[in-house]
Amino acid sequence: MLAKRIIPCLDVKDGQTVKGTNFVDLRQAGDPVELGRAYSQQGADELVFLDITASHEGRKTFADMVERVAATLSIPFTVGGGINELRDVDRMLSAGADKVSINSAALRRPQLIDEISSHYGSQVCVLAIDARQEEDGQWQCYINGGRIPVGRSLFDWAHEAQERGAGEILFTSMNHDGVKTGFANEALRRLADTLTIPVIASGGAGRMEHFRDAFTLGHADAALAASVFHFGEIGIPELKQYLRTEHISVRL
Amino acid sequence: MDVAIVDYKAGNVYSVIHALQRLGIDPVLTDDAERIRRADKVLFPGQGEARQAMTYLQQHGLDQLIRDLRQPILGICIGQQLMCRHSEEGDTPCLGIFDVDVHRFRPQHHEEKVPHMGWNSLSVAKDALGDARRGLRSEEEQEGLFRGFEEGEFVYFVHSFYVPVCEWTIATTDYIQPFSAALHRDNFFATQFHPEKSGSVGERILRNFLEL
Repeated sequence: MLAKRIIPCLDVKDGQTVKGTNFVDLRQAGDPVELGRAYSQQGADELVFLDITASHEGRKTFADMVERVAATLSIPFTVGGGINELRDVDRMLSAGADKVSINSAALRRPQLIDEISSHYGSQVCVLAIDARQEEDGQWQCYINGGRIPVGRSLFDWAHEAQERGAGEILFTSMNHDGVKTGFANEALRRLADTLTIPVIASGGAGRMEHFRDAFTLGHADAALAASVFHFGEIGIPELKQYLRTEHISVRL
Repeated sequence: MDVAIVDYKAGNVYSVIHALQRLGIDPVLTDDAERIRRADKVLFPGQGEARQAMTYLQQHGLDQLIRDLRQPILGICIGQQLMCRHSEEGDTPCLGIFDVDVHRFRPQHHEEKVPHMGWNSLSVAKDALGDARRGLRSEEEQEGLFRGFEEGEFVYFVHSFYVPVCEWTIATTDYIQPFSAALHRDNFFATQFHPEKSGSVGERILRNFLEL
């Protein structure tokens, strides 16, 4: 049976991970490659490396890191942050990334999705959406790290992206992100039940039950989290054992 | 060991190169027929579209070359599909090494998304059509790619087209219906999944191939 995927996300700035880490046995705790390897050994199914550097030098450092990750890891990984055009995608794939995640750039110029999927295949293109449920109950998309609303509905945009050739939707609920009270299961379920491409849940993981709920209630295909893994609040082996006892198919 | 990777401009081959390097092999990526012919082992990986891939192979005379190879060759993902007779993708005649046609997944339920993407478990065929072939092969050959393999281990897939279970099937995976996760005939091996992205299980499968 196809396994539900558990995906740690690493924020990288100037070649170093920014969030704290509980991996005390690493030689260099801030090294994304070392951290990625540790997650892979623990049973992470995929990894996401997000470049949050603004500078040009930082971008170069990130590409070097991607090369080292590709040489080291034997599981799939996605890179995101600062991907605005086909040339950026090409640079990341040439460095050895399996997939790229695009967000604001696609909302500004949706054609980017068509370009990526026709050049490299849909499986390369992960469309990330940051959305907030407003007071009227509607889910609205935001760009620039959740700072600017763009007046598009989450569901409309996700469907358009699928039509344009996105291979997966990575949906982060801004209402749930960092709150640690669970994923946005209702919105997730609506996405998962109406899209024909996989949906990755993001934002809200605090306890192991939250992952279960994202799969059983939210119908997500994968769940992504950062701090609960980085701070060691949840270990991936324990999480997968737990999910298996809850009758969810996972890779052990 | 001299390992050649067939270069036919079908997607990302870096991960295959890296995976081999982790096993201490420095492969050569080439579309040069002579170079491929004299390699000890040949890898035929790739992602992409069947018709485009076949056109490239034909234009470079690689189609007949691959059919004629006598050393172990491993097709991966679209490589497996191209080694079959025909693909529904672009209604494309393929290499015909495995006498079976490639079909597109047709979801029966909503949760069955296409592409089939992610980790799924393998069943090494000891039943179904595998029985008929067992007598034809030595035990060692049977074990081949899956030596040291434990039933139900997970490997990584990304594909929208599949090879049905057939007489060449040596491993199956269940998605929408059981399909061929791996094929074998003589010196020709193929996997639908990506051993180069399948963690330690995939690493073992690649090592087994290199040790054939």
